[in-house]
Amino acid sequence: MAIYEIEQSQKSPTNTKGPIKWVLDNLVATPTHVIFSFLILGLLYITIPPFITWAIIDANFIGTTKASCTGDGACWVFIIHKMDFFIYGFYPESEIYRINWVFGLSIIFLLLFKYTGKTFKAKIALFSLFPIIAYFLITGGSFGLVEVPTDKWGGLMLTLIISSIGIVVAMPVGIILAFGRQSKLPIIKSFSIVYIEFVRGVPLITILFMGSVILPMFFPEGMTFDKLLRVLIVVTLFQAAYVAEVIRGGLQAIPKGQYEAADSEGLSYWQKMLIIILPQVIKVSIPNLVGNAIGLFKDTTLVLIIGLFDLLTMVGLTSIDSHWTGFATEGYVFVGFIFLIFCSGLSRYSKVLEDRLNTENR
Amino acid sequence: MNYIIEIEKLNKWFDDFHVLKNINLKIKEGEIVVICGPSGSGKSTLIRCINYLEQFQQGTVTVDGIILKDDVKKIKELRKHVTMIFQHFNLFPHLSILENLTLAPTYVKGVSKTQATKTAMKYLKRVNIAEQAHKYPNQLSGGQQQRVAIARGLCKDPKIMLFDEPTSALDPEMINEVLDVMIELAKEKKTMVCVTHEMGFAKKVADRVIFMDQGQIIEENTPKEFFENPQSDRLKQFLEQIITD
Repeated sequence: MAIYEIEQSQKSPTNTKGPIKWVLDNLVATPTHVIFSFLILGLLYITIPPFITWAIIDANFIGTTKASCTGDGACWVFIIHKMDFFIYGFYPESEIYRINWVFGLSIIFLLLFKYTGKTFKAKIALFSLFPIIAYFLITGGSFGLVEVPTDKWGGLMLTLIISSIGIVVAMPVGIILAFGRQSKLPIIKSFSIVYIEFVRGVPLITILFMGSVILPMFFPEGMTFDKLLRVLIVVTLFQAAYVAEVIRGGLQAIPKGQYEAADSEGLSYWQKMLIIILPQVIKVSIPNLVGNAIGLFKDTTLVLIIGLFDLLTMVGLTSIDSHWTGFATEGYVFVGFIFLIFCSGLSRYSKVLEDRLNTENR
Repeated sequence: MNYIIEIEKLNKWFDDFHVLKNINLKIKEGEIVVICGPSGSGKSTLIRCINYLEQFQQGTVTVDGIILKDDVKKIKELRKHVTMIFQHFNLFPHLSILENLTLAPTYVKGVSKTQATKTAMKYLKRVNIAEQAHKYPNQLSGGQQQRVAIARGLCKDPKIMLFDEPTSALDPEMINEVLDVMIELAKEKKTMVCVTHEMGFAKKVADRVIFMDQGQIIEENTPKEFFENPQSDRLKQFLEQIITD
């Protein structure tokens, strides 16, 4: 027979904390650690300082012509001079304010969206209102605005339009496809499977090409479809197949008990799927959904092959200007930087969303 | 005699496995029936047939006058009056406790949000958990979650409550808090069908205890007779194994 007292909790010993301990534990703990630490630090040492010298210390920022650049470092004058091209493409200069309005509105709407809290209806209203306003502002042709045909659109603006529409519209389509793949009805099920597998089995570039070159051959004489619209449809349908697969993965993570509880509570199929299952699926799928969104954002650069001028294409177009030859490097670095900002922004946002939806550890 | 649940010649197969064999069972309104038996005896499957979570190939099940068959409207009507408490609680983890309780009343029965919240709080108080209303399921202990699940079931004011091993997934120290709630419910004489291994509960509140093995009902009796005077060898053996004191 023995009885033991419950002991008080104590602080952890001090010699297990602090920066020196961290370095010892994490950088030079074993000989292998030492080798890798030095290799990687060495690699950073031979790449980072020269890049900073080129991009900042020796670079030229001020001026109006090629002559302003000394040639030692990067010539950012080129980028600043061509900025309108990079952002708006061939959109008429006098109408550029309309695009700026859209950019401004998007920020306002995002903030409104954030601060409408849990009022679902307000969010839906905002979410549907923005594209309508943006559509009329960008295309024009009504409300006294000059019409700007889509072949004048380009640069960052075009990249953002294609990717945001692709990402947003593909979500519901992909979700329906994923539900379809789980359906008990054989026709719906096999259609979903064939569609998803076909689209995933073919590169985007092929589908884009089919959409823009081969498809119009089947249209009756004289019938044309706006090139950008075709791209939007193709990109959306392409992305939907990937979203469907991510959602399917999420669906498999939901325990059977959730379906049974929803059934036994008397919910209908759509109530069960939309109120109980989907929110949980989206929560577990966020990292993959954002990963796919980032992939699509970068894939929009492929629209080049069917003659749309996205952000990346602008580098090629601006660097063949006879007054500004030889600055393609600056162009690519700049465009790469923009892509990096948007993609890492999306990535950060996914982390924030994950934390917010994490009801387990709240 | 008025029966609220009538099961006649019920047969069910999982592929080629004959899981329910010719089940006949009639349950009166207000009756409390406990079903026990070894695992794999088909007791959970039987109880799940009563609210049509499981479909069956032969026989008829009539619940509250509704003959169960593949008809979305009828099943929906059925589930307004029948509630099931699961072994693993199956609360909706992305919704708060209160939202878990108000969901079905508002979406299925069309009750107003304020009314549903009022009802929900009433039942949360009944199961002694009202102060947790705004937490999320995963912040509660197993026993608390199961009590919430019972409150969720009560919110639709069901005629029949089905319990599918409600205490089997709980830590030993939490079983009693759930059983106490169930005993309280039993006093109200709501129809209860309960699959459980808690023989103490069966002795205390059941009107009838049913023993199942290999997909069949082997023996049924009043609790007193069932435990003190078991007839079949199979039941005697079963009781010997579970009653260890």
